[in-house]
Amino acid sequence: MKLKKRSSYYLANIAVFILLSVIFIIPFIYILLMAAKSSKEAALLQFSLPSQFLFLENLKAVIVFGDYRMFRALLNSTLLTVGSVALIVVFAALFAFVSQRKKDKLASVLMSLLMIGLMIPPAVVPTIFLLRSLKIYKTMFGMIMIDVALFMPFATMIFRTAMSTIPRDLDEASFIDGATPLTIFFSVILPLLKPAIVTVVVTTSVNIFNDFVGPLYFLPGAKNITAPLTLYSFISQFSTQWNLLFANVVVVSVIPLIIFIFFQRQLVSGMMGGAVKG
Amino acid sequence: MVKKLTVFTLVVLMSLGLFAAGQQEAVKQTGPITLTYLVASGTDQNQAGALADGFMALNPDVKIELELRPGGSDGDNIVKTRLATGEMNDMFFYNAGSLLQALNPTETLVDLTNEPFMDVVDDAFKSTVSQKGMVFGVPNQTAMGGGILYNKKVYADLGLSIPKTWDEFAANNEIIKKAGITPVIATYGDTWTSQLFVLADYYNVQAAVPDFAAQYTANKIKYATTPAAIKGFEHLKEGYDKGWYQSGFATAKYDQGLELLANGKGAHYPMLSFAFTNIVANWPDKAADIGFFAQPGTSADKNGATIWMLSANYVPKTTTGAKLEAVKKFLAYSVSPQGIDDLNKAVPPSGPYLVKGAKLPADVLPAVMDISKYIDSGMSAPALEFLSPVKGPRLEQFCVAVGTGQMTPAQAAADYDKDVANQAKQLGLAGW
Amino acid sequence: MKKNTIQKGLLKTYPNWFYLPAVITFAIFFVIPTISAFYFSLTRWTLFDATFIGFDNYVSFLSDPMLSIGLKNTFIYAILTSGLKTVLALPLAVMLTSNIRFKGFYRSIVFFPVLVSTIAVGITFSILMQPNSGLINVVLGSIGLGQPDWLGNPKLALYSVVFVDVWKGIGIATVIYMAGILAIPNDYFDAMKLEGGFWIRFRHVIIPLVRNSTFTIILLSFIGGLRSFDLIWAMTGGGPGFASDVLTSVIYKQYQAGFYGLSTAGNVILFIMVTVLIFPLRRFFNSREIEL
Repeated sequence: MKLKKRSSYYLANIAVFILLSVIFIIPFIYILLMAAKSSKEAALLQFSLPSQFLFLENLKAVIVFGDYRMFRALLNSTLLTVGSVALIVVFAALFAFVSQRKKDKLASVLMSLLMIGLMIPPAVVPTIFLLRSLKIYKTMFGMIMIDVALFMPFATMIFRTAMSTIPRDLDEASFIDGATPLTIFFSVILPLLKPAIVTVVVTTSVNIFNDFVGPLYFLPGAKNITAPLTLYSFISQFSTQWNLLFANVVVVSVIPLIIFIFFQRQLVSGMMGGAVKG
Repeated sequence: MVKKLTVFTLVVLMSLGLFAAGQQEAVKQTGPITLTYLVASGTDQNQAGALADGFMALNPDVKIELELRPGGSDGDNIVKTRLATGEMNDMFFYNAGSLLQALNPTETLVDLTNEPFMDVVDDAFKSTVSQKGMVFGVPNQTAMGGGILYNKKVYADLGLSIPKTWDEFAANNEIIKKAGITPVIATYGDTWTSQLFVLADYYNVQAAVPDFAAQYTANKIKYATTPAAIKGFEHLKEGYDKGWYQSGFATAKYDQGLELLANGKGAHYPMLSFAFTNIVANWPDKAADIGFFAQPGTSADKNGATIWMLSANYVPKTTTGAKLEAVKKFLAYSVSPQGIDDLNKAVPPSGPYLVKGAKLPADVLPAVMDISKYIDSGMSAPALEFLSPVKGPRLEQFCVAVGTGQMTPAQAAADYDKDVANQAKQLGLAGW
Repeated sequence: MKKNTIQKGLLKTYPNWFYLPAVITFAIFFVIPTISAFYFSLTRWTLFDATFIGFDNYVSFLSDPMLSIGLKNTFIYAILTSGLKTVLALPLAVMLTSNIRFKGFYRSIVFFPVLVSTIAVGITFSILMQPNSGLINVVLGSIGLGQPDWLGNPKLALYSVVFVDVWKGIGIATVIYMAGILAIPNDYFDAMKLEGGFWIRFRHVIIPLVRNSTFTIILLSFIGGLRSFDLIWAMTGGGPGFASDVLTSVIYKQYQAGFYGLSTAGNVILFIMVTVLIFPLRRFFNSREIEL
């Protein structure tokens, strides 16, 4: 009886392992295989080992392409991501803190306003006109502000959900201890929001890093190229070099992967430790 | 934690400020002139790059930087947005015909009518890059034929002859199919490729209704009510019903289509002749196997080719002073014999140049000669999009819907007419 | 008396100026362009000039014969993606917070697709789903199942994209659920342990206590589904023909065609539609929000 239970436990474990691995890993192996093929072999689109292993050559071709513009692209994307995410976390957490605690009319009106941002896509050309009149079109600063406006609603929503798990007693206790609003926010609330912050940082930075429509319109110019836009030089209307395209996918996925690896332990331990019990 | 976060934010903000400041300083410059040149990636990029390199070798004081944009309608949008916001590069490469008309050239582009280098440009071409009597574009490609690319080996092996009527074409297809070869290659994964049966049929439409283009622009004639015009849609349906297309055609890509054609796994590919460029690049030993014939129509003696005009270089009004002079120098170079030579070396020509004195190289592909024969014998007409500004943006979707059996030709033609009306209204054309 | 002063003071602890950074940024960079878009939707707008034409664009948009397909697909897409993500993410999250083996590994691979750009995912899957040489059909064929044309069959295309959307997005839903589960105080489990097995815990502790997470996930993925665009665009472009067109792809195609006024009108219609659907849903969820 006990033995049976244990072996079915192992069977279930193996089944889960195989199922999840097939569903979530095979596509990535495919990307790697394609990135290692010659252009002609890649055009066949098969899931097969490359007859010649050209992975490093393809990576090099992608990096060297156009005067090493890949480096510039990665730098720009990193700057854009770090700048936007830093502002989003502070702005959205401030907002969520007050609006969740107060739950008055103003809070719900403002929250509804932000929710609109979650729903409708940005109006491209009016936004360009606006940026131009503020003299920040084609600047990193302008692009960052656009991304802050576009991605903040999501962060606010996450923070608000997380705020509801932080008991009010904590605010009250700090208040009685004589803390100012800013101290309460920075030294009581923010640390407790850590799991939510990690969630927001990981998801938002990945979204901004991978965003491709935004920079296409609001940050034009060869100097301003970002990582996902490098994908575009290999997809043209009439000819496609799949091997280089996938090598490019590999290169531009490295930074999001680093973000993830860097935060992964915090994503887990943060959630464990940060969750308020009781 | 708090401190770290604040410091971090500050550092980020400061570095951003520095970055922005650095960018603005870079604009000021002296000495050699740098021109930026917006081109679509791919073949256009090779041609533009070859011209720029040739020009820079002769003019060391000018530096030309290529900026790449995507092709297709995403690229159209970038061009439009940049022109509208005054952020266009110093010069750019773009289509002629109805797409150019949508750029509002009289207000956004530099008028090149009276430039001396325009003298060598063919008048038929000039009409496709003009608005209100002003000429805006300088060619830097060859014209193209739109029709049926076919594999000569398949034709020789099966003893087929080139069809001049649709019935002969259909008969050939049955023989090809029996031989286990795909009669007609369709690649709806790249939706633009689906339109050829309709668009390349224009010579035949014009043969039946000579003033179709004018009537069409004036909203007096419709696809759905013109039997000759609806034929193109019927051809798409016939191909689907008779199983002429290869398996998986609904998601196949253009590149896959070329592979099938080059290697004789497919006999016909309705396509534009710029496909030769890709075939030469990928299957150089197979390029001589490819031929071209005009899309067959109803009668053998009225069969001719539909011709696509070349794309051109344009200059936005935002380019002025020394930069404008340098751009004009470049444009003059682009239609000079050396310029044409650069183009020939970069990309094998896929049709005739529309520049006086420009010669095709001696080793030109046989298929290009096929096209030239139609043009030289007067059996050719420009595609509708070069004769009328009216073209519905969703034609390719309707073509796919018919070619995958989701819609009848009549329904598609009627709905496409509505799409066209929509576009004409948006253009503010008279009579719609 | 003392309680009262605390209450009053606490209100000061939540000062309104905390709203300002978020609200100002949002107002300038989102609200202003959006409102001017409302005006442009009433014009024939060629980017170069705009002529006021009243509600003509709305009439054109709503009388488009293809609109009904787009509307239907939008609903199918939003309901299926949000439903599947919610239903599949919860058991996954329960598993990844239990003491199963290789937990860290699973957490990574489930979340990994979230990291990769949508365009890249779209391209990869459209190749995996190729009817003849694609890996999925090669495997299906070798075990004797059929070889459907996932993206080329007009009846299947939309559902194939739904599958990839769920594949790519389930990581986020799972993380939200995991955070919700880990926030459940141990006392609840301790109390239940005495009384029942796994199913009881799942049914009577986890499901009710992760309600806030469920609401968040449904709301986010439903909105995401209604305005989803890049994946559909990268995989089918709305095709074959019109078979997988959704509202956003219809709007984008009009935008591409240079019908800026018309596409802006489409945007406004989409916005109104989403508002009408989401606000009641959100109100309902908010009223049932629980505090632990």
